Order: sequence, then structure tokens, then C-alpha cells
Amino acid sequence: MSIQAWTYLIVGFTFALYIGIAVWSRASSTSDFYVAGRGVSPLLNGMATGADWMSAASFISMAGLISFMGYTGTIYLMGWTGGYVLLALLLAPYLRKYGRYTVPEFIGDRYYSQTARVIAVFCAIFISFTYVAGQMRGVGVVFSRFLEVDVNVGVVIGVLIVFFYAVLGGMRGITYTQVAQYCVLIVAFLIPAVAISWKLTGIPIPQIGFGSSLVTGEHAGVALLETLDAIHRDLGLPEYTGAWVPGKKGMVDVLAITMALMAGTAGLPHVLIRFYTVPNARAARWSAMWALAFIALLYTTAPAVAAFARVNLIQTLHEKPYTEAPQWFLTWEETGLIVFTDRNGDGLIQYSGDPAKNELTVDPDIMVLANPEIAELPAWVVALVAAGALAAALSTAAGLLLVISASISHDLLKSVLWRNMSQRDELRMARTAAAVAVVVAGILGIYPPGFVAQVVAFAFGLAAASFFPILLLGIFDKRTTKEGAIAGMLLGIGVTSAYILWFRFVDPSAGADQWFFGISPEGIGTVGMLLNFAVTMTVSRMTPPPPDEVLRLVEEIRLPSGSRDAA
Amino acid sequence: MNSIPKGEDANDKGPVQTHWHDNLRLMAWLLSIWFAVSYLLGIILVEPLNQFHLGGFPLGFWFAHQGSIFVFVVLVFVYARWMDRIDARHGVDKGNNPSAPGTFQKKTE
Repeated sequence: MSIQAWTYLIVGFTFALYIGIAVWSRASSTSDFYVAGRGVSPLLNGMATGADWMSAASFISMAGLISFMGYTGTIYLMGWTGGYVLLALLLAPYLRKYGRYTVPEFIGDRYYSQTARVIAVFCAIFISFTYVAGQMRGVGVVFSRFLEVDVNVGVVIGVLIVFFYAVLGGMRGITYTQVAQYCVLIVAFLIPAVAISWKLTGIPIPQIGFGSSLVTGEHAGVALLETLDAIHRDLGLPEYTGAWVPGKKGMVDVLAITMALMAGTAGLPHVLIRFYTVPNARAARWSAMWALAFIALLYTTAPAVAAFARVNLIQTLHEKPYTEAPQWFLTWEETGLIVFTDRNGDGLIQYSGDPAKNELTVDPDIMVLANPEIAELPAWVVALVAAGALAAALSTAAGLLLVISASISHDLLKSVLWRNMSQRDELRMARTAAAVAVVVAGILGIYPPGFVAQVVAFAFGLAAASFFPILLLGIFDKRTTKEGAIAGMLLGIGVTSAYILWFRFVDPSAGADQWFFGISPEGIGTVGMLLNFAVTMTVSRMTPPPPDEVLRLVEEIRLPSGSRDAA
Repeated sequence: MNSIPKGEDANDKGPVQTHWHDNLRLMAWLLSIWFAVSYLLGIILVEPLNQFHLGGFPLGFWFAHQGSIFVFVVLVFVYARWMDRIDARHGVDKGNNPSAPGTFQKKTE
């Protein structure tokens, strides 16, 4: 069977599965729609969180980016996993104990302020739309590459599928489809990784093969990473495992970006909201453990895939005649994601760190998608990777759409504009908001604003500079007042947005020498976060303390069960 | 980490305070390890550590690409496990009725 036939078969099967689950798990109340009736087990919620969190970027782009960044790829690896330690220890159990429906709702109650809640709602909506546009685009790209349909048709198919289970099933439908999607995406990521590890190093566990010796090619018997460093030196590129070498990010920038991604991860509303779906605070702690374990499975495999792909790519192509290039090279060349320019006219493909000599440009995004073909794996593996990429993109899109829907129906309509709305009306509004959000997300996917890639840094920076400090202080510092929180959030958002807008859009040519302490726009969320902490704590101590009711709420959420009953 | 104080003796503060203090102490330990593994071993000390090897890995690189993630999982596991014990010791593990929403009830329902 051809790759295309296999892809139709496997993608068709997984889509049928998602729809089946959606029909089985329809939401019938607002509690079902927002928090899946709070009956999800920690293990299943861990899987759902894994799928919710691992987006098209984690599945398709991350290993490819690391493959080109070497050591510096740690900003994604540690940044996007270390945030779960913060989430598990500092936020998830307490937000679950608080036990309502949304993150802005907690902020509104803890800071006894509709203003604080509305600021949080707008942050949540902005962050989620930014993120969802990229997911829909990812769906379109996978469709166009593997099924040879137009990118836009791909986006429309994605919209229809998500529409079906997110609007119908709400959080219940999303949760159980995410569990299925986690299984699909992890299998799709691991099978090629295991096969390539086996092929290159003779060891089927990528995490170990990564640190072993090659068994084939001219470098057989030499450690994989040592070979990679040597190849890089020969080509005039910075060493793969080298940290503070010319051509890579500096230490301050790596520290700032890692921190911004960690705090941003812990503050992303679509991740936080998953912990509202488990039965109690204890389940939230265990659920965070499962989530991180399931995520770590992909995140420890990705750097191995990155290194394998790098060796494979260079060994297969460098100094080889273009006329003998493998089939996958030609397929991807057609999409424009691989570009070969024969500068010296010798008919050989030369890869080099010197831009004047380099003849090969490879888009990092194709490293994972082309990996099975590069490693000459069977057609069904290629098809499985396509289904995995779709699962990653759709599951994240659904989680984000739920945040948007709940923000509109619960935080804006129910709490501000239409206070005495009945549960039935609220459920109807939530469905309508989800439906509108899916369509908007689809439109953003079809007509992607040119800045989608740049604004992902924005989503994390904003979550780090707004939600993370305010949630943390709300739980750990009783003295934090509404004035402090509002001042801190506005300043954190303001500084982060201004810096990113300036260096991305107003003066994008400004180099690293003009950055604040060498911190790139990706890392500025850390500065915004620190300012937010400082201002919130200072202003709080100059304003009247929070009312007793709020102090009782804080005491209450610090205990996993009803403490005053036990005392 | 093995010196979490018994909460029973702090009778003047009640279970809220002592449970909270045990929780904070455990958290401080685990977050120190979190910081040390990721920011110290994985970033600040990466070059000196790369002088050493773990199999085919330069050690600092291994922490940055693999080791820190394994440690994160262990930290969260230890937290969940240890908190279960702290909850039990302070008698706040009861009343975790799976079907009940949080004890902080919605005002409008």
C-alpha cells in the first residue's frame, strides 16, 4: 500500500474514534461542559493533560529546532517540562481545591475585584487565540503534505472535527478524546524514534542510544554525540553539545528564556483548567505527576530524535550528487521546505556553516515528518506520524477553544453582563461561544496573520508575566491586595508586550546588542514576571488588607480537604 | 527531606497552620532540587560539567537534554507521595469524596 493509502486509512480510523468518543461523552450540564463533571481519574487526566499540552509545535517542530540548535534546545526541553514542577507544587492542588470553573474566576474571587477578573479574561482569550491559530495551521500543513489536499481544505476538515467534539462534548468530550489522542501521538512519536535508534546505534531505547556509539557508516564505533560535534567542526558550525560558543545564545538569555517558558507553562489557562476536572486536591497532585511522566516520555525522546536526524541528514546528503538524492528529498523540495542551490555548480550537495558556501537549506519543521522516510521506515509508519501530528494539533486546539468558550460564557456573560442567566442558557451560550471560537480559529488558520510564529513567544511571556505571579501570590501571600494584583498584572503585561512589539515589529532589525541585558524577546516574560512580583508585593503592603472573607478562602484552599470539619 | 516535623505538637496553631508548614518545608526542599538540577547543572555549570562524561554524553549536556527532565518527574512523584503522608498525619485526608465538588461552594448555585 502507498503512503497515501495508509494515511487515509490510519487518519480516517483515528478521526472515527474521536467522533465515537464525542458521541459517547456528550455534556449535559455546565459542570460537564466546563470541568467534565469533575469525575476524571488522575491517570486519565494525566494523559489528557499530556495531549492538551503537547501541541503541533511539540510534536512537529521541537525536535527539528533542537536538531539545529544543539545544546541550546534545552530552553524548550527544560522550559516546557520544568514548568510542571511549579504547576504541581505551587498551583494545581490549590486551584482544584478552590473548585470553580475558570482561572479568571479564581483571580476575581481571590482579589475581590471584577476588574482583575476582566483583565485575566482578556489575557486568557488573547493567549488562547494566539496559540490556536498555530494548531489549525499545523492541521492544514499535515493534510496538504500527506493527503495532497489543499492546506485550506485541511484546515476546514480540522475545524469540522474539533467543532463536533468540543461543541457537543465540552470538557467531557475533550477529555476523553485527548486521552485517545495522547495514545496516538505518543505511539506515532516513539515508533520511528525506536527504529532509528536501533538502526544507528543498535540500541532500541532512544534515551540510551542517544549516548551510545554508532554502528554504521564511516564513524562506526565512535559515540554519536562525539561524531556530531566532529561533523559540525568540519562544516564550520558551532559544536552540537557546546554551550556558550559563538553562534549560540548566551547564558543570560538561556536562563531568561527557560524561566519564561517554565513560568508561562505553569500559567497557561488551558493547562490549569485541566486540573479542575479531577475529584479533589490530592487527585490534582497525582494527576500532575502522571501528566509530567507522560510528557517526559516525548520530551526525553525528542532530543534523541534531534541528534539522530541531524547525523542522518548530514550523512545522507552532504557531498552527495543531487541526481542521486533520495525520493523524500525531492518530495519535500516540492513543498519548498528543502531548498538546494548548487552555488559552485559541481552537482554535489554541500552543507556548510559558511553562508557563502552552504547549498542546502532545510526547514526545521520537516525533521520529524520526514524522519521515517529518511530512515527508510515502512509506509505505515509515515502514515502513523501524520496521524500523530494531527492528534497533537487537534487535542491542543480543543483545550484552547474550551478556555475561550468558558471565558466568554462564564467569565464575561454570566458574571458581568447577564448575571441571572440560567444553567441551561449558560450551557447554550458556552456551546455558541465554542462554535464561534472554532470558526474564528479556522479562519486564523486559513489566513494566518504573518506573525503567528513570532507571537507564540508572546503567549508564554504574557502567561509568565500576568497569571503566574498573581496566582502564586494569591495562594501563598495572604497580604496581596486587589490594588497590588491589578497594578502588578498591568505592569507585567505592559512591559512584556512593549518589549516584544518593539523588537518584533517596530524595530525587528535591532540586534542582540540592543537587548536589555542580552535578553531576547522570548525571554522577556521573566523580566515582566519579576516586575509583577515586585510591584504586586509593594503596592499590596501600602493598601488596605484583603477582607476577612478572602483570608478565609485562602486558608481554605491551602488544605486538601475541609479542615475546620476535621479540627 | 526526611526531617518533616511532626505536626501534633504545635497545638496552638491548629491543623491548618501545621499542615501548611509541613507542606511549605517539603516544597522548599523539592524546589531547591528543581533549581539546582535545571539552572545550576543544566545551564550555569554546563561547561565545567561537560569535562566529565556519562557514557557518550558530556555530563552538562546530559543534564540539559535528559537528566533534568527525569529529575522533574521524580520530584513531582515524591511531592504527591509525601503529601499523602502529611495529609494523613494531620487528619486532613478525609472528606475527599470523589463526587463532591470543592468544599468552597459556588455562591450563585
